[in-house]
Amino acid sequence: MRESEADPILISALQHAMFCERQYALIHLEQIWEENRFTAEGRVLHERVHTEHKESRRLFRQEYDMSARSPKLGLVGKCDLVEIWLDPKTKQPVRVNPVEFKRGRKKANDVDRVQLCAQALCLEETFNLPIDAGEFYYLQERRRVGANIDDSLRARTIALIDKIRAINISRKTPIAIYDKKKCDRCSLIDFCMPKYAAKSVNRYMRYQTAKTLES
Amino acid sequence: MRKLLNTLYVSSQGAYLRKEGETVVVEVGGEKKLQLPIHTISSIVCFGNVMCSPFLMGFCAERSVAISFLSERGAFLASARGAVSGNVLLRREHYRKADDADSSLSIAINIVKAKLSNSLAVIHRAIRDHGAKINVNLLKDAANKIKRLIKTLSDAKDLDEVRGYEGEGSYEYFAVFDQLILEQKEDFVFNGRNRRPPLDNVNATLSFAYVILSHDLRSALESVGLDPQVGFLHRDRSGRHSLALDMMEEFRSVIADRLVLSLINRRQIAKKEFAKSASGAVTISDSGRKTILTEYQNRKQEEIFHPYIDEKVKIGQLFFIQANLLARHIRGDIDGYPPFFWR
Repeated sequence: MRESEADPILISALQHAMFCERQYALIHLEQIWEENRFTAEGRVLHERVHTEHKESRRLFRQEYDMSARSPKLGLVGKCDLVEIWLDPKTKQPVRVNPVEFKRGRKKANDVDRVQLCAQALCLEETFNLPIDAGEFYYLQERRRVGANIDDSLRARTIALIDKIRAINISRKTPIAIYDKKKCDRCSLIDFCMPKYAAKSVNRYMRYQTAKTLES
Repeated sequence: MRKLLNTLYVSSQGAYLRKEGETVVVEVGGEKKLQLPIHTISSIVCFGNVMCSPFLMGFCAERSVAISFLSERGAFLASARGAVSGNVLLRREHYRKADDADSSLSIAINIVKAKLSNSLAVIHRAIRDHGAKINVNLLKDAANKIKRLIKTLSDAKDLDEVRGYEGEGSYEYFAVFDQLILEQKEDFVFNGRNRRPPLDNVNATLSFAYVILSHDLRSALESVGLDPQVGFLHRDRSGRHSLALDMMEEFRSVIADRLVLSLINRRQIAKKEFAKSASGAVTISDSGRKTILTEYQNRKQEEIFHPYIDEKVKIGQLFFIQANLLARHIRGDIDGYPPFFWR
């Protein structure tokens, strides 16, 4: 079995790796998980999404909370909503549109776009159809915004998947690099200890021992 | 730094603990005595005949709240926990380092250096605060011997040598420990460490303080995904939490011993709290244990400067910090294990 099949990457993990590769490794390699405000809010939102109703017409289907996977990329995950249009004659899907739910009214950021792209890559493989666009749905505004899935976004998403696979295979958690803006709002900061990675323990021991001996 | 949560100690015999919504309820004689939201506690310690509902145990496991069952006297009986932490990479690396003589040696040397340095800090504080009342020469003599051991430690060739210096250091420290008892001297005589069972009031109090300290270290180690049974300084022995004992070494004197000394010296605990059985074993009364636990919990709220992480932290947070620093060293983030030095 190929590594990609044995050890699929979660689409939801892409956002962790994009924010910080060490955060990805701490959560997915080391299984550390500390809930804070941000993650709690995310979970609450998700519960809401999954209680949304389903809708189905003759040539148009809406699948909420749909599983998506790409054996080729070794990717698995969930799509908040997938819209499928069927051909009137063959009843086969002719167009597929992934819709990602976002809380609030904020514009989609790169993390969101990469996540949508990863979903599209999975759906392309499942339906054997090209998907060149998706949508974001802002819950607070009740408004949809289209998003292009272009070549540069695809390339970035695939590069990120490759990076994650390399971390998984190496089983090494990347070393911490303290970045005040990012680290101070990260729920894993107390486990990660980003400020101390570069601090020499040998020097610390020499200093502390000397201090004790002169006391 | 993450919030310091409380430990819930239940020593009322026949108490029943159960889950109610997001809270823990303590009932005694069918009456609700206490109700605490789960997110305010980090662990639960039950002494003697205390029962927990299975739903509460599952709930606690899910929220990483450790539950320990101890005998009425404080001997460890069992603990309830949920699924083993997911960090198998950390555990494997932990075992590899414990099997590797050089890695174990460097961790053990650092731990014992801090242990001896911290017991020195207790002696120095006594000289500074009570120099007029005590035999300073005796204490200075012990301090110098301990300093010599700290110097030699750096060159230790193997773990047995480290254990040897540790033993000598403890001996020197406990040889002058009686000097640090300033009040109620007739009721609290200390002639060296004895345990299982403790044979005098001081040893009984020390033993109890070590039990509650070791519980906190064990749950801190578990919370970062380390195996508390696999130590570096202490050899593996079934049923023994060797790593928790390793980690305790840095804290014994400055947290447990100082707690015991101040309880005696401030007359917070007295002779009437102790009973001697026919076998000579000394036990502490319910109210005596309660006093110790309360004072221990108060201590954990005090702030102290941590020289490695360069921050002021609460004493109760030290256990998690040290467990996590050890985990980070084992995973290769830092070039050694930085123990805690009390200044």
